[in-house]
This record gives sequence, C-alpha cells and structure tokens, in this order.
Amino acid sequence: MSRGPLQVIGQSLRRVDGRAKVTGQTRFADDLALPRMLHMRLLRSSVPHARIVDIDTSAAERAPGVKLVLTGAAFPIPFGILPVSQDEHALCTDRVRFVGDPVAAVVATDEWAAEEALGLIRVTYEPLPTIADPEEALAHPEPRIHSYGEEGNIHKRVAFDFGDVEAGFAAAEQVFEDLFYYAGSTHLPLEQHATLATLDPDGKLVVYSCTQTPHYLHRALARVLQLPAAHIRVVATPNGGGFGGKSDPFNHEIVCARAAMLLGRPVKICLSREEVFYCHRGRHPVLMRLRTGVRRDGTITAMELHTLLDGGAYGSYGVASTFYTGALQTVTYRVPAYRFRGCRVFTNKPPCGPKRGHGTPQPRFAQEVQLDKIAEALGLCPAELRLRQLMPPHALTANWLRVGTIGLAECIRKVVEGSGFRERHRRLPRGRGLGLACSAYLCGAGLPIYWNDMPHSGVQLRLDRSGEVVAFCGATEIGQGSDHVLAACIAEVLGLMPHEVRVVTGDTALGPVDLGSYSSRVTLMMGHAAIAAAERARTLVAEGAAARLGVPAGRLVFAGGRVFDAEEPQRGLSFAEAVAAAEARHGTLGTVGSYWPPPAAGRYKGAGVGPSPAYSYSAAVVEVEVDVDTGWVRVVRVHIAHDIGRCINPVLARGQVEGSVYMALGEALMEEQAFRRLPSRLSAALVHKQPSMLEYKSPTCLEMPEVVTYLVEQPEPAGPFGAKEVGQGPLLPIPPAVANAVYDAVGVRIDELPITPDKVLRALQERARNPRRGRVGPESFPHIEWPRVVRVPTPGEAGEAAAMPSPGAEVRP
Amino acid sequence: MLTQDRAVQDEPAVRRKCLIGLTVNGEPQEVAFFPEKTLLEVLREDLGLTGTKHGCELGECGACAVLLDGQPVLSCLVLGLECQGREVLTVEGLANGPELHPLQAALADLGGTQCGYCTPGILCVALALLRDNPAPTRAEIAEALSGNLCRCTGYHQILDAVQEAARRMAGGQP
Repeated sequence: MSRGPLQVIGQSLRRVDGRAKVTGQTRFADDLALPRMLHMRLLRSSVPHARIVDIDTSAAERAPGVKLVLTGAAFPIPFGILPVSQDEHALCTDRVRFVGDPVAAVVATDEWAAEEALGLIRVTYEPLPTIADPEEALAHPEPRIHSYGEEGNIHKRVAFDFGDVEAGFAAAEQVFEDLFYYAGSTHLPLEQHATLATLDPDGKLVVYSCTQTPHYLHRALARVLQLPAAHIRVVATPNGGGFGGKSDPFNHEIVCARAAMLLGRPVKICLSREEVFYCHRGRHPVLMRLRTGVRRDGTITAMELHTLLDGGAYGSYGVASTFYTGALQTVTYRVPAYRFRGCRVFTNKPPCGPKRGHGTPQPRFAQEVQLDKIAEALGLCPAELRLRQLMPPHALTANWLRVGTIGLAECIRKVVEGSGFRERHRRLPRGRGLGLACSAYLCGAGLPIYWNDMPHSGVQLRLDRSGEVVAFCGATEIGQGSDHVLAACIAEVLGLMPHEVRVVTGDTALGPVDLGSYSSRVTLMMGHAAIAAAERARTLVAEGAAARLGVPAGRLVFAGGRVFDAEEPQRGLSFAEAVAAAEARHGTLGTVGSYWPPPAAGRYKGAGVGPSPAYSYSAAVVEVEVDVDTGWVRVVRVHIAHDIGRCINPVLARGQVEGSVYMALGEALMEEQAFRRLPSRLSAALVHKQPSMLEYKSPTCLEMPEVVTYLVEQPEPAGPFGAKEVGQGPLLPIPPAVANAVYDAVGVRIDELPITPDKVLRALQERARNPRRGRVGPESFPHIEWPRVVRVPTPGEAGEAAAMPSPGAEVRP
Repeated sequence: MLTQDRAVQDEPAVRRKCLIGLTVNGEPQEVAFFPEKTLLEVLREDLGLTGTKHGCELGECGACAVLLDGQPVLSCLVLGLECQGREVLTVEGLANGPELHPLQAALADLGGTQCGYCTPGILCVALALLRDNPAPTRAEIAEALSGNLCRCTGYHQILDAVQEAARRMAGGQP
C-alpha cells in the first residue's frame, strides 16, 4: 500500500478529549454518583509509630447514618505495587508506621455522618520509638519499622562496579568529590484521589478510580479481596493530574471495594487535600556523594555515586527507585567505568515513590552541578565539556543500557545559541547568571513490575460498516494526552483525523492490558500496538476496497477519509464504503496489536532497572537574577530543548515540556515535603509542616518565567513514527541549571534543593567572610555497610561488538 | 498508652435542609440542602453540576471558581445559603448551545487544558477578566489567574489561549 507524507503526526490538532475538558464534561472520579450511593471516610493514625492495642468502634457503629465500620481485621492479606514489597494492609492490622496510616473506615449515608462517626472510634496505641530521617534509621536498627528488608531499618541496598573503577580513577588527572542533597517533594495533583466502587447487575465488583495504573490496581484488588480477577472491573477515570502520585494501589481503593461488596451498594470516597499530602508516594529525599575522575580536558575516566534514600514508612516503588538513582547516570556522557552504591531506609513518614523522573532527577542534579564545577576548575566551557563526551548513539553504556538515537548535541546547540550562553556566561553583572545542564530519560521501563512474558501494551480495533473505528486500550489518560496519541497513530495509518477515531481507554473490562501511565512508556509502547492494529485493519479494508474497485490493494492510498487508487485518485471509496466492502468480504472486522520491549542487554542481577527501548535527551539554559540582600532567586528565562524523536502533536509536546519545566522550578526553588517532630507532650508525632496548598509553596503563573522551547526531531527507529517520550525528561535539567545559574550570578554553590533565599543568603554571608568559600549543602555522608559488590565487566571488557568506543580513542587527536 | 479519639460529643442536633431559589447558568432553580453546605457542594451534589471542581475546599487552589452575580468567587468559600436570589455562572453555562465560547475553543486548541481539572475555574476567571478588560496584557492575564493553580501546563499555554480568545472576541479571525 502506498504511504504518502504524514497527515496527522506532527500536526497541532485539538486533542481528542479537549472539548470535554473545556465544557466540564470530563467525568473525574469524584464527579461520579450512583443511586443509593454511600460515602466513606478513613480514620488515620495520629501517631507516627505504635502498636495498635485496641480499636473500639462500638460507638461509631451506633452513630446515625452509619452502615459499616471496618478495621484491619477485614484485610489480612497485604499488598504493595512491587512483588518484593507487599508490605501494606488496606487498614493497619497491628501496627501504624506514620501519621496518616489508615486504621479504620466508616461508611455512612453521607460524608458528614461518616466524618462524625470517625470521632467516635477509640484507638489505643502503645507508642514505639520513631525514626525521623535516614541517619536515625541507620543508627537505630531497632525497633524495625518492617520485619523484612535487608536488616534493621534498611529496606534495600545495592552495590555495583561496572568495569575497572579503580583503574579509571587512576587514569584521572583530577578527581572531584561532592555531596548533594535533593529534598523530597510531592506531586500535588489538582484532583484529590477519589474512588467509587459498586456491584454491577451481575454482582461483580466495579471500581472507578483515579489511578494511573488500572492493571496493577486490578491485580491488587484480586489479591487482597481474594476474588478472581475476571470478576473485577477497574475503570481508570481521567486523572486530574498524576505525575506518579496515583501509580500505587491505595488503601482507600481497596477498602472502598470491600465496603461495596459487603453492603451491596455503591460506596465513594474522596480524600481531603490533607490526606493527599499524607498519601504522598512522591520524590524521595536523596543524599548523594559523587566522585568523578577526569583528565585535564574534562574527559570522564570513572564515576562513583553513593545514594541514600529516605523511603518513608512503606516500600511502594522504593526498590525500583533505589536502582533508578544509579541506573541512568551513564546514558548521557561516556562513563567508561562506574561504581554505584544505593541504600533506601524506612522512616516513620509518608511513603515515597515515583514522581516525574522517578529516582533520576536527584543524581542528575548532582552530576550536572558537579560538571559545572569541573568545567570551572579546568577552565572549560560547560557546553564544550559536555559536547565533547556525549554518549555515542546506538551503543551500550558501561552498565549495559542500549541507547538509540541521541539528539543531545543538537539540544545543547539550540539552548546555547538561543540564550547567548557562550557570550554571556561568566560575563553578566553580579546578580545575574546563566546555568546549563543536560539530561536523559527512559521511553518506558523495559521490564514490567511483575515478571511475565506478555505484551506491555495491547490495542484492539473494531471497525464496522458505519465507518466508525473504535480503539480499545488499557492506557490511562492522566492529562498527558495519551488518548490523543492513540487516536492520532490509528488515524495516521487509516487516513482519518484523530477525532474520527473513538477511543475507549483505562477500562480493564473493555480494553486489552496496558501496564499504565508511568515511566514515560505510553506513547512508545501503546503507539506501536496501535500502529500494528491499524496496519492490520488497513490491510483488511484495502482487500475489501480493492475487490470493489478492481484495483490492486497495493496501489490503494488511505488519506482524507477516502481509500483511492494512487494512480487514479478520483477512483476510490469513502472510508465507510471501504469498511463496508471489507466487512462484506471478511465478516465482522476486528484487529489487535501488541508491543513487547526488546530484551535488556545486561545479564547481571539488577539489570532489569534502566533498560528502555529508547532514551530521550534534554538540555536547558536557565537565566536567573539573585538579590544579594535577600537571597531571592528570580528565574528570568528558561531555554529548553528536548530530543523527542518525532513530535506527534507539537502543542501537546510543548505543553509537556513547559509543564516539566514548571514542576522542576517548583522543586528547585520552593517545594519541599518537610516534616517536623511535635514536642513529646504532643505525642512526638512526625507531622507534615505544610499539608495545604497555601503553605506548600508551588509556582503560580506570576512565578513562571518565560520559557523558550525547542523540539528536536531526529526520528528514533525504536519509536512509533520515530517518537520518543516527552512527559518526564524535560524536568531533569532544570534544577541543576538553576543551581549553576545561581553560581554564575553570585558565586555561591547551593548543593541542595530547594534553593531557598535563606540558603542563598547563608552562602553569601559565608563567602563575604571568606571569598574561597560560599556553599550550602550536606557536609557528610553516613557510613553504610554495603553488601557484596556485583562486579560487571563493561560491554567493552566483555568484547561486545556494540560496546562504547573507549574515550581515549575517540577524543584524542 | 496513647488514645486517639475526639471529645465525646453531645447528641447531634437535628439537621434540617433549607430551600433557596437562585439562577444558575441563566435558569431559575430551587434547591434544598443542609445549611452548612458550600456553594461548591450545592452545585456539585444537589444540582448535579460537576463541572465545577474542588482541589482543597479551603480557598487555596482556585479550581472551584465560578461567577456569582458576575464576579469570580471561590465557591468553596461561599455558603449555599448566601446565594438566595443570586446569579451563578459555571463552566456548564459558557458554551452557546453546541458552540464553544471562544475561551473554551482557544484553551482546547492551544494546549491550555491538559488534565482539565483546573480548567473550569480558569475559564470562569478569564471570562470575567475579558468582560471587564477586553484586551488585557499578558501580565494582566497572569495577575487575574494568579489564584488558579495548574500543575500540568506551566501556565504559558493558558495565557496564550486567553490572549487568543481576546483577539477572536474582538473580531479577529474566528
């Protein structure tokens, strides 16, 4: 069949769900209501760590309007997103581990009655010592917050040496060592989590929930409720923002489902904003020690990274997060030998998990700030330092990640030229500065969360004589535009417009499995499945049309809603007529498409985190003004270039880039999920310092600087139509670029995020006392007993053909 | 030992619904609700108008903005009881039949809506702005929308869309 130029891909079309969103017709979870619906509220622990001695629910059960009171006794089976950390109970059974851990649920005729009844539940706790931070966790192995994990309060430790790291450092002419800290932050989606559970007319469970991962919620429900998965339907409602915060199966979802089953009535819960802060699963606070050996020209000879993650009270995605703090440090620049040590500890605070960039923005901050220091120390241009040692395309990294296309050189050129970086960096008046940083990110995790050999994404198409094309897929619309991408990929193949394709997504009963909206996987994986299904449909339709028109199928063109002869374009059928011809020839029409990522190149234990079908790249130059009297940092302008492979819809892509920049600026300058310990007379609880949208500072449109966005298109063979991810990667270069810009402006290094005015002022005061100083950041990295090191030869050492060329051979004249 | 409970409560008072009349999106309505309910709750729960969203219910996020007698208000901070005889406009009242308001069309076309959760509030605030100031500067738009949090867009495409809508409403190309 003839393939003309792309008709839909690359067009700035209105997103297929755009009309619903601007008319208020998008049905978010809390917008749903059913006849006879009851309302649920959760009683959450007021203490951070305690044994539950007794829960007296008798008064609550007698309260007006109350239909059901549940406690942990109803939920003996634990759950958790990762198979290795099934450490949560829908309601706590015998122990609470953070302020906010749910201990009881009340279902009543309205929210008011449920809330009133919560106050009648009497919980008796036997308090346990609490762990507030990683240093305490390492120093106090007892009492253990969990009985599983490595030992004491250490959840996970990993230790890798890729290649001969000591030889790499020996070859260095200078070694740089720095400590960095990246504070935790939360997703703060505008939509509070909500779930509505009911029994369908057959008596089967249906759960509507704002989840990014309906498939994983489906599995968790089947496990905890001991139901056949086939008797459960999970419908992911459009998420009012996710950013990773709705990727875990949550307590409230499971309790709500159980309540609906027990009562035979619809039950709904919507969390309060305060509860959303305590549910968290956001950015891990990470302390980092980074050592990098370089030659005098800045060429990296070896790198060593230690990370210490504050995991909070449960596992969540934490094991994966721990690996991710080390996995992607190698895909941007040539790192011939790499040592990584990572450790995650439990603390009595809300659990951390995946937030946009999952585990990688923290070490990226460290690496890019340190490169800025290296460039300065060696008298090099930060852009040149990076450009001369970019990872080559289509090669294996030291830790066996196979990178594909790399548009990073072009990204750097765009932002450097656009911002006048070469002419202005280190030359602006005091108080004004420019900072450059780069980054890379996954286009989908190469492995599923639980081991299986089935596809990661599936798309089913149904076509009929009406000409309607319906696409079914488990993918979840969280605002990123996945419904549009699905429709656009199919429309492109079938010669339609995206609005002519009806999409049915996020429903486990109607669509084939897609693993979920996480790890920037949907465009690539769902896109491939959609194209495969659409190409099969096109073949069937072409066969029908060819017979009707008397034209060889290979000569038919699908474009503009028609199917016609390439040699005689007026000879053709409308798309609907062509489908009818195909239906007459083949019978009822339906096709499927599936996507499996390529196998990982690495064979070592732990090689499963990091591989991806492709990697996206970003570069940014941030310009700041720093007030030397107040320490106030104002971001004036951001230039950001993102290597997107191919852009499916430029308006949506730009929105993802700018949204990433926005979220990154919040993390860089103001956002912090901070806790404090109440005085002992107030239970010594570890409570959130600012669990409200007013006190948890996030940028408004008044703080948002000008953003100049460049989309770099170098089609990636592994991507659908050449596309790569855009939802997460552009966040990563911003925090280090801000820190580097602050240094350029006022000569102080703020090696920890957020860069708040008090830190800038403290560093300025220190610098005023001693011009050689002027830094705020962590001062020490605690001692950790690392496990036996997994030693992995690099692909070069192993004689792998696609190994990374050695840096000496590449850059030396 | 520590115990967690709230102060023992008196017998709950008898709750009685109140009844008010108001105009919503141009149509007179009578609605009965418990008197502690906010306008936000009355709209969403008693009038079935779920287009208006909630993000905090404390007046912090702007998601629940509607127009009350033409003025933008946070409906989570207004009691339903205060609305007797008044006029409320919500996102459901913006379009002219099937035809989108220029603000709606511009937000949908120019990336001004991603997850869409902040969109109804932004539309209401922007509508009032353009009525009072048909050709606002970008800074004036940003000032007007500074109480509406959006976590998706980074705001620029929202500002672009409001500017574009102003242009279209002033008689520029549709």
